[in-house]
Amino acid sequence: MSDLDRVADFGLGWLDAAGPRADIVLATRVRLARNLQGHPFGSRAREADREAVFKAVEGVVEEVCPRNAVLYRMDQLGGRVRRILLERHLISRELLGKKRREPPPAAAVAASAGDPVSMMVNEEDHLRLQALQSGLRFGEAWRLADELDEETGQRLPLAYHPEFGYLTSCPTNTGTGLRASALVHLPGLVLTKEFDKVHRGISQVGLTFRNLHGEGSRPMGNFFQVSNQTTLGKSEEDLVEHLERVVGTVIQTEMQARNVLMRDAATVTEDKIWRAYGLLRHARALGYEELVNLLSGVRLGLSLKLLPGPPAYTLNQLMVFSQTAHINEAAGRALSRPERHAYRADYVRAALADGAATSGSGGTGRN
Amino acid sequence: MSDPDQLCDTKGCEKAASVHVTQILNQQASHHHLCQSCADAKGISAIGSVADVSAVLAQLGSGGPDSQDVGEDPCSFCGLTFARFKETGRLGCPHCYMSYEPSLRRLLERIHGATQHVGKVYLPPDPAAADLDRRLVLLRSRLQRAVAAEDFERAAALRDQILELEPAG
Repeated sequence: MSDLDRVADFGLGWLDAAGPRADIVLATRVRLARNLQGHPFGSRAREADREAVFKAVEGVVEEVCPRNAVLYRMDQLGGRVRRILLERHLISRELLGKKRREPPPAAAVAASAGDPVSMMVNEEDHLRLQALQSGLRFGEAWRLADELDEETGQRLPLAYHPEFGYLTSCPTNTGTGLRASALVHLPGLVLTKEFDKVHRGISQVGLTFRNLHGEGSRPMGNFFQVSNQTTLGKSEEDLVEHLERVVGTVIQTEMQARNVLMRDAATVTEDKIWRAYGLLRHARALGYEELVNLLSGVRLGLSLKLLPGPPAYTLNQLMVFSQTAHINEAAGRALSRPERHAYRADYVRAALADGAATSGSGGTGRN
Repeated sequence: MSDPDQLCDTKGCEKAASVHVTQILNQQASHHHLCQSCADAKGISAIGSVADVSAVLAQLGSGGPDSQDVGEDPCSFCGLTFARFKETGRLGCPHCYMSYEPSLRRLLERIHGATQHVGKVYLPPDPAAADLDRRLVLLRSRLQRAVAAEDFERAAALRDQILELEPAG
């Protein structure tokens, strides 16, 4: 069995766009930072410490993770498969390994096909537990992450302080260790130039916006991540409820902006949407950033019922399967940039011609 | 307080600076003043980012009221010095929280506006406790939280699990 076969369907559950408001909220995620007692955190851990943490997790992973999760060491997976896991948000850049270097020793991920929960091992913190859901479903994502946490904490002694709560490597995570985020699509706010106002409002209520690929990444396709900034002094339920409420308000503001667009600039908006669709249907070379920008237009058209299709499921698949490592895997080799752009355009055309994307690589897809 | 006359450092930008960043590299501090849009473009957020922790850390022990932090002994468990923590923004081990408790309490207050955790209460695995008892304690704590969150569907499911496990009578 190849490396990729083993991780084929990992982290893809949210693509089905089955959650509430999945046209605007692609996915919600809750992650919990946890550390084991008696070992230095990632930045101070020696190789022996990291191996001990890995062994401790290995001993309980089958009981802790539902549905036959398997623990994969990063140093036993090829570079391309690691990058595929990164592109699916199952591992962080730290676990990938910096600039073609080897991944950190004893770093691992536990996940299983079709399961919304996963666990990173030996990141900055010993454990990063994660639950990923389609649409606006913070409550459910929190419940899943909480269950994983309970199961883990019953078996492995976690670092906890009665005043400070769960102890983490970075003081910005101390307390609940909880970072909840929603990946939202806000073309209406960007096109009506209302986004900055919403951005400022968000930071005044203790939340933050990041671009599609996280801190420091470039803005792309009107996709943003909204997440909590503080982790201490509020309960987990309060943190996720606050976030859900605020994201609900952001969705309302986005819908108002879309109404304004359709009232004051219907022709221009429709033209943008159909041009995006036309380019995706006919382009012969596509960069990933260009693809994401065009998918933004098509997603808006679909949500406004200006386009008959494709389903949001297809758009989600294209966003994931058109990334570099996924394309290289589908092609069976590392393509040059022009080759990759051509391959991506072929893949997108085929997916849109079928009306449903077939998996570019790895995933079983829904043909 | 920010100086209203301070302009954004970005070349060609003449907006008033509202984001002030202190960066420490190789023990050399440099100060940057940016307007909100240039700060956003550089991915610097107002609270809770690593940049902000560095800024807060830079204030700790810079001759201000927190200067007593300088020269604290290294953590007895992992050997991390407070100076190294100020450079990296990362603590070395759970014990560091005890080693640097007063300084960290001030830091956490500045980052989160609070120091008292009010979320989940953690019960470590207790080899002395029978598995059943431990399970019941956890289920009851989950039930309390479900009721507090008015998640009655979940509360009902947890209540059923507790009734199943509780000894008859």
